[in-house]
Amino acid sequence: AYKRFSELLPKEERENACSARVPKSHILTLPELRANPFQHRICHVFSTSETGDDSMSFEDFLDMLSVFSDSATSDVKSHYAFRIFDFNDDGTLDRKDLEQLVNCLTGQGEESRLNNAEMEQLIQNILEESDIDKDGTINLSEFQHVVSRSPDFARCGGLQR
Amino acid sequence: RASQQAETERLSRWKKWRRTSSKSLKKALSEVKGLSSYLVLWQRDIHSIEGKFGTGIQSYFSFLRFLVLLNFIIFILMFSFVTLPIIISESGIFNSTAAYISPKNIEDNCTIYEPSGNKGLVYFSAFLKDLFSGTGFLEMTSLFYGYYSVDAVGISIKGYDLPLAYLLTTFAYLALSFLWIIKRSGEGFMQNLVHDADPFQSYCNKVFAGWDFCITDPSAARLKHRSLHYELQMDLQEEKLKQKRAERTMKEKLQIYSLRIFINIIVIAILSGCFYSIYRVTVFSQENSSVSIRNDTGTDSVNLLVQYLPSMVITLANFIGPLIFSFLIRFEDYTPAFEIKLTLMRCVFVRLASIGVLLFSLLSQISDCGTDKCEPCGYNYKLYPCWESDVGQEMYKLMIFDFIVILAVPLFLDYPRMLLVTHCSCKLIQWFGHQEFGISDNVLEIIYGQTICWIGTFFSPLLPAIATIKYFIIFYIKKMVLIHVRRPAARPIRASGSNFFFLLVLLIGLILAFIPLGISIAHIPSSKACGPFRNFTTSWEVIPYKILQFPTGVQQVLFGMASEAFAVPFFMIICIIMFYFIALARAHKQVVEQLREQLV
Repeated sequence: AYKRFSELLPKEERENACSARVPKSHILTLPELRANPFQHRICHVFSTSETGDDSMSFEDFLDMLSVFSDSATSDVKSHYAFRIFDFNDDGTLDRKDLEQLVNCLTGQGEESRLNNAEMEQLIQNILEESDIDKDGTINLSEFQHVVSRSPDFARCGGLQR
Repeated sequence: RASQQAETERLSRWKKWRRTSSKSLKKALSEVKGLSSYLVLWQRDIHSIEGKFGTGIQSYFSFLRFLVLLNFIIFILMFSFVTLPIIISESGIFNSTAAYISPKNIEDNCTIYEPSGNKGLVYFSAFLKDLFSGTGFLEMTSLFYGYYSVDAVGISIKGYDLPLAYLLTTFAYLALSFLWIIKRSGEGFMQNLVHDADPFQSYCNKVFAGWDFCITDPSAARLKHRSLHYELQMDLQEEKLKQKRAERTMKEKLQIYSLRIFINIIVIAILSGCFYSIYRVTVFSQENSSVSIRNDTGTDSVNLLVQYLPSMVITLANFIGPLIFSFLIRFEDYTPAFEIKLTLMRCVFVRLASIGVLLFSLLSQISDCGTDKCEPCGYNYKLYPCWESDVGQEMYKLMIFDFIVILAVPLFLDYPRMLLVTHCSCKLIQWFGHQEFGISDNVLEIIYGQTICWIGTFFSPLLPAIATIKYFIIFYIKKMVLIHVRRPAARPIRASGSNFFFLLVLLIGLILAFIPLGISIAHIPSSKACGPFRNFTTSWEVIPYKILQFPTGVQQVLFGMASEAFAVPFFMIICIIMFYFIALARAHKQVVEQLREQLV
């Protein structure tokens, strides 16, 4: 893993890679992240940079890899998935977050988005299924409950090395 | 990391050593695990397919790998217990001998068996013909049942009862396949159960767990986006349709139901037409495939064609059937998900039942005792002096033809179509579009081949080897087809459900294979002219004969187990245990519901 991290750095900083930070644009060249629609969110969630430029140090990189590996527990994975899906970082998944999530899933471009009526119906269905306290948003425990019953999450939520 | 370092300084030496050794052990284990992934067959290939095309198609390829392994193990089983003793005895290593006991109390007519094996040089065309039809020189090799006419093999001092070994190995490979499939489908079944128990979870499942993080290729990502979009749209549409359906009037309901019954009758009519034609073609082929004049290539090739006629008709039925079914189902107005399932079920039925019909017609020909044809021997000894080899030859021909078709379709249909679509921009051809890689069709194809292998192994012990090689080659062909020629289907199949479905259909194929095998072993008299069961009335008789040689105590126990006094209470106890588990599951479900209520 250290090798891959140092490959992302430009040549002159490679010796002290332990303390260097890789800018976001370089992280996005990783093959696993390249095709991922949540790439920006992933970088944002795992980055601990104070300047808010979403750059990642080696520890951040390790964190990301460990969460996505096969040996991470589903608790850890669902926790991080919740943070990734929470687009406005307010601690709950409300309607706007869900809308952005669905748009990310169906692809970029106008013709690949669901129209408004379908989006409404879909979000209504999702909230019906997962919102237990009926407050119109999904908090962390509701999310973890839903995800634990879903058989596909464990399989597809991991990057195999 | 800093906190970990600070902690280690505070620990004693012993604990430090323990910690470092457990760390290095973990590292070593993970290295070994990484290396062992090289040893698993095709691990890299399947991984790259998963990255490019998603887990749905990957499940097809890992299913194929499972079948290769299964066939290989069956082959090892049959080879080591059945073929190897004969080879050892013939070559005389370890001071081995082979005992041929000539059958007593049997009419001489039954034991006449002269396979037209050519000794010496043959014409190349005759060689090819024999290779493809399993007659001629192939008939007397260890490929077919007729070779195993040995009754006992003695290796040094101990005797080895070949007929018993043959029968027991057959049961062993059937049991092994059964248990292995059930074990593999165990996990998939539990997931399916959980999934079905909460049908209202499907939206959350799709949205939160829909993205396959293993995809690395941008074009595959685009594909996944499109398929997710399509799936979500389909689900929403289905929901709207359901609401509409609930509001249907009585008159409309009546109309739809009568239309469905009518279409089902059409489907049954088509199926019976197919089966009847298979029956007639088999009878025709058996009556007309006679020994031909060696020099005349013209009649030779016609003869070959006649011999392959049943396989061709079956392949035609397997090809046309699905097309007709997917056309008809549109009129039946089911939900899209149910449509897919029903069409699939009908296709499965066509494929597996056609093998059954072929075997049934063959076996009825063999035991056709109309005009005293099988007086002394119990079977039609004039036409079929060694009928097990004949059945083995039919299975061999089916397998070879299936392999040829799988090789030919990409070469002659898909590749030109792909070339046409990419280079020619005329509207008609663009409307055809790219051929899709339909997962279900491919899966049914290989399950069909596997069923043939299971049935045929009893009659032709080296058939699993051919099946292993066949599936091995098919893997690479399908991989090439997927990458270069075809596109993945627009309608995705979810990975969690599909694995279980493949194994379920495979299990159906296995159980269907039990029926003709059971009839051949237990009901039809074994041929007296060849094979290890010459001295017994039927192949099954080896076992009672052997049991009678056991000490009396063991015999009494075994007879006791088979009698009604034991079987009925045993059956009742099993029913009670089953009801207990069902009740337990129901109680658990109720507890889950209650807990859910409490959460709100």
